[in-house]
Amino acid sequence: MMGMVTHAPIPPFERFYLAHRDEVLGYLRRLLGQRAEDAWQETFLRALRAYDRLQHGRHLRAWVFTIATNVAMDELRAKPVNGLREGDEPAVELRQDAFRELEHLTDDLPPTERAAVVLRYGYDLPYAQIADALGSSEDAARAAASSGVRRLRREHAGHA
Amino acid sequence: MQVTPELDARFRTAALGEGLVDVRYDLVDSPVGPLFVAATDRGLCRISYSPEHGEELVVRDFGVRLLRSPLDDVRRELDEYFEGRRRDFDLALDLRVASFHADVLRELAAVPYGLTTTYGALARQVGRPSAARAVGTVMNRNPIPIVLPCHRVVGANGALTGYAGGLDIKRHLLRLEGAALV
Repeated sequence: MMGMVTHAPIPPFERFYLAHRDEVLGYLRRLLGQRAEDAWQETFLRALRAYDRLQHGRHLRAWVFTIATNVAMDELRAKPVNGLREGDEPAVELRQDAFRELEHLTDDLPPTERAAVVLRYGYDLPYAQIADALGSSEDAARAAASSGVRRLRREHAGHA
Repeated sequence: MQVTPELDARFRTAALGEGLVDVRYDLVDSPVGPLFVAATDRGLCRISYSPEHGEELVVRDFGVRLLRSPLDDVRRELDEYFEGRRRDFDLALDLRVASFHADVLRELAAVPYGLTTTYGALARQVGRPSAARAVGTVMNRNPIPIVLPCHRVVGANGALTGYAGGLDIKRHLLRLEGAALV
């Protein structure tokens, strides 16, 4: 029946922008530090350029994080980046409270791992959406987060 | 992490500068309550007494790329009107509506400050003498009240009949203009 169909109208851009501008800035600050502001503006300009071609209003949060990740990756590509390596070590997960103890160390992670870890533990995005953001498979996204967590723990142990 | 007003303003300026926005809108305080005002590249396209409703209508008519941004000319002319210092508006208008609507709205725009006309008289002016009721519908859906003065249109017996913003506002506007009320 009609009532069962979830209709997700596209909100006016202003509403979308107000809903996500702060957390996207926080995310980019985490990935890019002082370079975050230009990337933040570029993220919302890209979103606005594509906004009238959206088919529905579902997953807009994941969508804008995808754009932000792409912008950040473009920005970080100037530095050598470790590629994603799949399945060479068992997956590691982290609890949110444990992440809060380690998050100040994410700056030292390679960009892809940093994005995967921050999206997973800082913004609670599922791996399917992180995969979209990284332009990779779900397994690769999980592997990147996992590898990032291991690196964080090593860092943490090194500082302790 | 809060976006600073400076960063926010920089983004809005860049978005408008790149021509990525379908409709700019703002909220303007007035003696008859807050007004939702919206404009496209062509000009003022909507005034609404209810912001939620206005947003919905401009999205339907002009697109989802809606961004809040000051509309200084509109604000200034409305302020002048409400202070009794302006009788005619000089704003460019975007009237992309059906042709009968556009014909009626053009006649409406010519109804002078402080005078009233009737639904039947407007119908005769657009060459459709029997269409008084249809003219009423156009008034009811007037996209730019105040600037397109549907408050100056009354029933054949002089009764105020109706107004999208409520009869109190219609009375307020006519009193402001010094129109004779029945």
